[in-house]
Amino acid sequence: MHRTGELYGQYRTLEQQKETASLGMWVFLVTEILFFGGVFLAYTINRHAFPAAFGIGGNMLSLPLGFGNTIVLIASSFTMAMSVWSAQTSHKKLVPIFLILTLALGSVFLGIKVVEYKQKFDHHLIPGHNFDVTYCSNNPAACDLTGKDLDDEKKEIKEGVEAEADEAKRRGAANPEQVGAAALNSHAQLYFSLYFGMTGLHALHMIIGAGLLLWLILEARKGRFDANYNTPVDNVGLYWHFVDIVWIFLFPLLYLINRHLV
Amino acid sequence: MAEHSEHIVSPKIYAAVLTALLVGTYLTVQAAKVDLGRLNIVVALTIATIKMSLVILFFMHGKYSSRRTQLVIVAGFFWLAIMLGLTLQDYSTRHAEPSRSQISDPGTSLFLGS
Repeated sequence: MHRTGELYGQYRTLEQQKETASLGMWVFLVTEILFFGGVFLAYTINRHAFPAAFGIGGNMLSLPLGFGNTIVLIASSFTMAMSVWSAQTSHKKLVPIFLILTLALGSVFLGIKVVEYKQKFDHHLIPGHNFDVTYCSNNPAACDLTGKDLDDEKKEIKEGVEAEADEAKRRGAANPEQVGAAALNSHAQLYFSLYFGMTGLHALHMIIGAGLLLWLILEARKGRFDANYNTPVDNVGLYWHFVDIVWIFLFPLLYLINRHLV
Repeated sequence: MAEHSEHIVSPKIYAAVLTALLVGTYLTVQAAKVDLGRLNIVVALTIATIKMSLVILFFMHGKYSSRRTQLVIVAGFFWLAIMLGLTLQDYSTRHAEPSRSQISDPGTSLFLGS
């Protein structure tokens, strides 16, 4: 059966039928809001508990890449909105064009994310056995870390170790200096676990979105979506914008938390 | 309820929202570089919330949706507020276990400890 926008028996009007579809999509998105909300909550609690390590972790992310990705994702939301407009106004030729642009921008986002992940891998910032928050300040050449950036990172780590050592001393540790460095490393590891968890979950949503876009592009090229029937474009649009909103919060929370201290 | 035809948001409005979102992104990066103390996070989240509102109202047609749909949207954030509010209230008042890498001293709250 082809869904072509004809009125189904259980609805009185086409308007009601469309409203039901977007209402259902919103109910799904509400579950997504709560799903991501739980992860944001975990981040907030840990950030409050270990501010020094989280600040250092945040400053180790690449601001230009994160900023660029934010711009790319916002632009993709715009092209997605334009494809909905094209369908609603029966510009059938424009629908696939805007969908392809959206998919292209989404792919650029994921590509930049891969570059970032690779960089973290090279810098020993993947949680696990080889995690070492001091790797870059000890091997600046391997991380292209020079001048003021290197001094800042060394200073930050020194202060972070001191903060953790003070905390250990307050708790009655016999060897606060040693404990301080180990605590900073493990709390920074916690930051990067959350970083990869949150951005990974977000990227997974992007990949699912890319699959949906691919399907829409194939359908749109057959001229299936117009003013009469555009529910799939509309609902995938809602999903895509939601994923954009998640990133709008991830960017300041992960990348910008302690930028004012360097 | 009176039936009304589907509201179509014009490309002009979409372009205006796009511009506002880009300006907001620029502002949030610039604001993050200024030392505002505890206000840094407040400014960052305020800008993010404004950006989110623009996306929901215009890109997601929230402004033009039926009352029923708008109720679902608001309800989602209401439940989110309950989850965030009550959990944070719990964490800020209970005595938390210190992390494994810290020396055990169970009498310290995560928030009030330092």
